[in-house]
Amino acid sequence: MSVQVPTAAPPERRTIFQRGAVGRRAFVCPELDVPAVAAADALPARLLRSEPPRLPEVSEPEIVRHYVGLSKRNFDLDSGFYPLGSCTMKHNPRVHERVAALPGHARLHPLQDPERAQGALELMWRLERALATLAGLPHVSLQPSAGSHGELAGALLTRAFHEDRGQRRNKVLIPDTAHGTNPATVAMAGLQTVTIQTNAAGGVDLEDLRSKVDDDVACLMLTNPNTLGVFDSNITQIARIVHEAGAILYYDGANLNAVMGISRPGDMGFDIVHFNLHKTFTQPHGGGGPGSGPIAVSDRIEPYLMVPRIVRGEDGGFDLSEQSPKSIGRLRGFQGNFGCFVRAYAYICSLGASGLRDASEVAVLNANYMLARLSQHGVAEYLPRAYGDLCMHELVLSGAPLKRDLKVKTLDLAKRLLDYGFHPPTVYFPLLVEEALMLEPTETETKETLDAFADAVAAILAEAVADPEILRQAPHTTPVRRLDEAGAVRSPVLRERLADAPQEPAHAG
Amino acid sequence: MSRYTAVTPGDLKAMLGAIGVDSVDELFARQVPDDVRLREPLDLPEGMGEQEVYAHLRELAARNVSTEDELSFVGAGMYDHYVPAIVDMLCQRSEFLTPYTPYQPEVSQGSLQVMFEYQTAVCELTALPVANASVYEGPSAVASAAYMAKLHNGRARFVVSAGLHPHSLQTLRTYARGFDAEVVEVPLTAELTFDGDAREAGGGRTDLERWREAIDERTCAVIFAQPNFYGVVEDAPALCAIAKGGPTAASPPVVIAQVDPITLGVLKPPGECGVDVAVGEGQALGGRLDFGGPSFGLFAAREEYLRRMPGRIAGETSDVDGRRGFVLTLQTREQHIRRERATSNICTAQALNALAGTVYLSWLGRHGLVELGELLLARTQYARKVLTDIRGVDTLYSGPAVRELALHIDGDVDLVRRSCARQGVNPGVDLHALTGRAEDRGGLLVAITEQRSKGDIDRLAAVLQNALAEAASPGDHTTGEIVGRQVVPA
Amino acid sequence: MGDASYPADLLYHPEHDWARVEGDQATLGITWYAQDVLGEVVFFEPPTVGTKLTQGEAYAEVESVKAVADVIAPLTGEIVAVNDHLSASPQAINEDPYGAGWLVKVRLDDPSGVESLMDAERYTASLTGARDQT
Repeated sequence: MSVQVPTAAPPERRTIFQRGAVGRRAFVCPELDVPAVAAADALPARLLRSEPPRLPEVSEPEIVRHYVGLSKRNFDLDSGFYPLGSCTMKHNPRVHERVAALPGHARLHPLQDPERAQGALELMWRLERALATLAGLPHVSLQPSAGSHGELAGALLTRAFHEDRGQRRNKVLIPDTAHGTNPATVAMAGLQTVTIQTNAAGGVDLEDLRSKVDDDVACLMLTNPNTLGVFDSNITQIARIVHEAGAILYYDGANLNAVMGISRPGDMGFDIVHFNLHKTFTQPHGGGGPGSGPIAVSDRIEPYLMVPRIVRGEDGGFDLSEQSPKSIGRLRGFQGNFGCFVRAYAYICSLGASGLRDASEVAVLNANYMLARLSQHGVAEYLPRAYGDLCMHELVLSGAPLKRDLKVKTLDLAKRLLDYGFHPPTVYFPLLVEEALMLEPTETETKETLDAFADAVAAILAEAVADPEILRQAPHTTPVRRLDEAGAVRSPVLRERLADAPQEPAHAG
Repeated sequence: MSRYTAVTPGDLKAMLGAIGVDSVDELFARQVPDDVRLREPLDLPEGMGEQEVYAHLRELAARNVSTEDELSFVGAGMYDHYVPAIVDMLCQRSEFLTPYTPYQPEVSQGSLQVMFEYQTAVCELTALPVANASVYEGPSAVASAAYMAKLHNGRARFVVSAGLHPHSLQTLRTYARGFDAEVVEVPLTAELTFDGDAREAGGGRTDLERWREAIDERTCAVIFAQPNFYGVVEDAPALCAIAKGGPTAASPPVVIAQVDPITLGVLKPPGECGVDVAVGEGQALGGRLDFGGPSFGLFAAREEYLRRMPGRIAGETSDVDGRRGFVLTLQTREQHIRRERATSNICTAQALNALAGTVYLSWLGRHGLVELGELLLARTQYARKVLTDIRGVDTLYSGPAVRELALHIDGDVDLVRRSCARQGVNPGVDLHALTGRAEDRGGLLVAITEQRSKGDIDRLAAVLQNALAEAASPGDHTTGEIVGRQVVPA
Repeated sequence: MGDASYPADLLYHPEHDWARVEGDQATLGITWYAQDVLGEVVFFEPPTVGTKLTQGEAYAEVESVKAVADVIAPLTGEIVAVNDHLSASPQAINEDPYGAGWLVKVRLDDPSGVESLMDAERYTASLTGARDQT
């Protein structure tokens, strides 16, 4: 007996380009209500497209089925715990989506006259003031599109600051714990990275810092608390050393969720801070964007800020100003990711002064509780903490003993967590921790969730002792299992192979 | 306990006990030095309930005049196209809205496959073989392409058409200061009378002779927009041929074009014109206006640039059981691995906006993009005719236009626009106010979308005619109701 | 991929590169340890023939899925041949690091450079130390 095996790919693995049939469509073009103009009469043939683009030919119901089907192949924050370190996966309140969708926001053209966009400008101005308050720095530009874009702004502002004083300083000091964006940004701004070592406590090694600070240093870029979840207790000294050399202090705000209302970068001595609205202020991450990366700066950096700036007139009205002779210019089109501003502003309105502080307090409480739970017998032997007794909003463990004693990698543990219904923590970062596992629970998770996760880790480590193959082969229950990433690089397939002729109807799916 | 947190007094006691501290304050006191602790409350209002937040934000939104409140012909980089309901519905699904970047491919096949489909669609629109999963938005995509070109050939001089969007040009200048690169602007042709083939007539295109003169062996990249900022369709094949021929043929500069994807059903795709890297603003493809963002930047290139492309790229592969799957690939280009030698500092894509673009393009479909492009072309021709029939209105540039046109108004553009606004029509963008260029004085940039019917265009013509008459008539027209930053109700 | 091996006929540089010296020429590659740390190698772009190498300095990059490593020259010289097969099958660096996975051949400027390199025994001992430290 032979079993009939379908030869076409199962429906869930077909792309939209492999669905539909010739002549099928969803779009009905509005009526041609003006005299017809053939493209060939308006433009010479050499400027015209000869063949229609091979976009899908599908009906609306097919589109809906296809993408709803794809959505079910995603893990998402609304479905479960997502303790991805350094990413601040906190709950995304839905009222933010409602207010962002109001036509006065969603359908407001960026070149609407300022006098007829007063609500939007006021919202941006109020958000600027709130961010300035949180940073402890007086001036804000909302323009950067993401944290990395805010960093680029910071690096260019640093250059402009020194050049305005007749100096060309080339070096930027960056701790070895830093996010990769920091050195990548420095290179884009035409500067050179000098790496600073981390001390035994997980902070900046002051001796190394002193030995590398000179009059060619433009800036120190620092995340505090850093990617190890450690708040650098020498921060005042670090700021003094850097300032005495005439350099700027830049604060990577990726970890601001630990210190809202607790400690302000401006008070620590920083000149420039970037915010990740998509982290700290709970803009949904969207499967990898959009983000938004406003910056706050000190008085001495303010003259170089990007344009346009929001200004408030004597009559209380708001306007956009390009009048800033020393400005570095603009970093993108229009005024920034306003849709993110609406959500971040709504969040700040919801929480208010004490709510924001509470968010940071609970974020740190949850992280420390998780750290305590993961220090239990059966876990800590294989996953010891990397630094310190306590942590800020995130914690870093090392899977080195797990790998050494059980021949199980951090990656295997992460994959097994998927079978338990959890998104794994960040793995293999920071780079200086061997087999690193970086967890950020956030403040919006309940104690029950934290307990369930800690129990799952303990259960998985028991499995690792009993039968490590379970982990090495994990995950077992996901829509696909481990994928050949090396093959994907060696022979890249980066788009669907489309037939030259119009597509034949696919099998019904 | 505040909004969105959930620690009860009982939880707190148990948690502090497990940690081994007496209070939450102790957690901070033991880690954050006293001299950097904030001792007073944040100088912000206290929190509000959801209902109050909604009411407050709604009140702010009501003080904006959206494209629902007036008849708007404003474009210049972002356009009021119709967004089908399925775009909103799919983008609001938790599974697409709330995940992070797909670091764990086994549970991210939805997002990864969307990226793969998006890349396919962008390659198809541009006729270029590789595309990334999107970058921030249009103007910074131009600057990112310039950075890639610099990494590619190590040169530091950009020759740029004056037809590039002013925001792209300004963004490029900002970035170029970081690369220590020079930006050289090539002007557009002036309006000329021409009595040959009408399709070849009209000014407002990059001056080919000046373009040829500007390109030398030190040139890293040449950059133009198609259609250009003034709505004029450039002779893209000629711009590419000049850049790749002549004295620099042995080692030509990288040819970068900023394209408007909505026109690519009608216009020859950049890959067929000789363009090496195509970038563009993706908002027109199912995106909200959102007062300027978030949107997405499309980025496609010839194969030789693949390993230097910025941003995320999804690739097809298979799992251990042989099932088709998708992963983020070629990651060694990226900042988290290559750090200071990364090809860009960009971490994230604009995944949710690119999803909207992918759904939108599927909705338009193979023929819909062409039909839409042809409709825009016909309405733009119609608008050009009825608007320039008005006394005092002429074309600023009469080169071929497909979805946007630059007019010259014999009068004060600001006053004319205010007058139109009082009649519920936003006639377009004051060109001189945006570019600051002397030759743009009197310029009005009018955008046409499928949401602006013949009747709407006729209304614009009537209102513009009135406004011109009003502006020309003696009397005080500075005291309209919108002076003093008050909002005109629709 | 096989088990760790460090052939006795090779010389080793502390940055995990090997050299097989034959007269005034040497064949260079990365060690079993280096490819193991990197994981599956997916990309190697050979430098061009004629490129000058300086002992202790990087002359190429080798990429795995999630790592990039500089390849350090164990000796000083000029490249006379490169392993073109690695463009199409970089996995040879994993599968056979001392054979099919060789990277370049160089003509040595200064044969005395070999004196600073380690033999297999010393290199293997240095690895035990490296692993314990981390």
